[in-house]
Amino acid sequence: MSQTVQERGIISHADRKRSVIRYGLPAIQVLLFIGVFIAGVGPLLWLLKSGLSTSQDILRGPMQLWPSGIQWANLPNAWTRVQIGSYLGNTAIIAIGSLVSTLFVCTTGAFVLSVLRPKWGPIVTGAVLATLFLPGVISLVPLYLTILKMPVLGVNLQNTFWAVWLPQAAGAFNILVMKRYFDSIPRELIEAARIDGASNLRLFTSLVLPLSKPILGVVALLTVIGSWKDYLWPLLVLPDPRLQPISVALPRVQETTEISLQMSALFLAVLVPVVLFLVFQKQFLRGVGMSGGIKE
Amino acid sequence: MASLQRAPRSRRSIKTWYHSGGLSSIVFVLPLLLTFLYFSWGPIVRGLVLSFQKNNLVTAPEWVGMANFSYVLTDPQLPQAAVNTLYFALLALIFGFPVPLFLAVFISELRSTGWLYNVISYLPAVVPPVAAILLWKFFYDPSGTGVFNAILGWFGLGPFAWLNSPSLAMPAIVLEATWAGAGATSIIYLAALTGVRTELYEAAELDGAGIWSRVWHVTLPQIRGIILIMMLLQLIGTFQVFTEPFLFTGGGPDNATTTILLLIYRYAFINGDFGAATALSVLLAGVLCVLSVVYHLLTRPWSTT
Repeated sequence: MSQTVQERGIISHADRKRSVIRYGLPAIQVLLFIGVFIAGVGPLLWLLKSGLSTSQDILRGPMQLWPSGIQWANLPNAWTRVQIGSYLGNTAIIAIGSLVSTLFVCTTGAFVLSVLRPKWGPIVTGAVLATLFLPGVISLVPLYLTILKMPVLGVNLQNTFWAVWLPQAAGAFNILVMKRYFDSIPRELIEAARIDGASNLRLFTSLVLPLSKPILGVVALLTVIGSWKDYLWPLLVLPDPRLQPISVALPRVQETTEISLQMSALFLAVLVPVVLFLVFQKQFLRGVGMSGGIKE
Repeated sequence: MASLQRAPRSRRSIKTWYHSGGLSSIVFVLPLLLTFLYFSWGPIVRGLVLSFQKNNLVTAPEWVGMANFSYVLTDPQLPQAAVNTLYFALLALIFGFPVPLFLAVFISELRSTGWLYNVISYLPAVVPPVAAILLWKFFYDPSGTGVFNAILGWFGLGPFAWLNSPSLAMPAIVLEATWAGAGATSIIYLAALTGVRTELYEAAELDGAGIWSRVWHVTLPQIRGIILIMMLLQLIGTFQVFTEPFLFTGGGPDNATTTILLLIYRYAFINGDFGAATALSVLLAGVLCVLSVVYHLLTRPWSTT
């Protein structure tokens, strides 16, 4: 190991020479790796195996290493009969729409509060901040009633994707995070652009937005993860099976399909995000890590 | 629009207002104002109003004073649900709090292979929660050939009834929730750990501190800010748990896993009693606000800021 250049951690070089550490540390490492591997990859491997087995195999010997035969037909069956593809598509539409609405509302809002700074700005900031301290449960039922009949407009948003996209955008956390980031943009840059005759719109699109790419990425990632995980809200506002995301559809579908198809449907539902994660793991983990710093 | 009509009379001030960006401020803030009015401020106010009304969407709402609150507070299911919610929060804290912290401190010590642990331990968080719950529900099959029972059978244990047993159901749910959440939390701790000042380890070592006491006295105090916040966020989250008990057990067996949010769901979307549902929501929100304030006051001596 070339530790000469590396920064030291909790365990020092002197520690590493002691025999307890020398042999104990790799042992703990191996044990922990086995633990993490069983917990993290084990269920996925089991799901892969079961997704390709017959129902009998799954029920009789769930822990058998090798099924009696590989049923490749399960996967296309799940795709067409359970319509996993269209549910995944709905999930993607919901995630992308939430992403667009969230980014639109929080960038324009933060731009006003942080850069344009009108006289009434602090009132809006305060009103947004206040909602951060109220737990989400308080608005669950009234929000549902709002969707059923939008005040003033009188339209019913139930069974439209707007019912998921729009409430997502009213997140105080995103707006305040974005505002804080915009606050850190040097005022001289903004004044210089103003003197050059840039309009507010131009200031927004060609100065503030390009400077905030990192935070846009983090907010986008957190929004997509959030909408991906959401269950109760889409369950309430999207009762039409054709519009439901995979999270809402799976438990409903499960009651009427045989176990082998259930497992291959689950496998397909899990496969897509896992592959996406493995491809973008670096950006992903960095983004999630940054979210902790923001919360602080 | 009104400003356009008034324009001829006070053109000058409107003009300066326009040139100083007044109009574009309003245009830019409109999306925020509208979404918050409709989906945040509006529902919060409406929730407070609804909790004092009788509302079933069919007949016109009528004011009933504190009737909803007294109905909710005297519901025989409430004490059980409150105890279950507290039990879930407590178990989640015991299982779910140390695991990611330990994982993060350990991973931060691994220079070359740390990323691999990171990726693998984050995998469960990527699995859609509903898919994970359905999978675990199958793992918890109470028969002897269920996955967990089969594994425990190798060691001569079980079979356990898991979700069908009133005493095991809640721990089983928390175990799954911990599995699903540990990766994401440990990534956040890990990011905080990169900011730990390493020269302090040197000093601690010179003072004769062993590895454990270095972790306890140097590492953890330096990330205590994020630890305290994650703990509060976890508490607030677990008090509002819904998906896991709803999909695993639906509140059973014998109401052993009925949480407050499940009760709210039943009031609103099964009984159609929106007044009672919002009254209970307001009560829960009040409890959580008090909890946050008390937590903040209690932890202030240790907090970094």
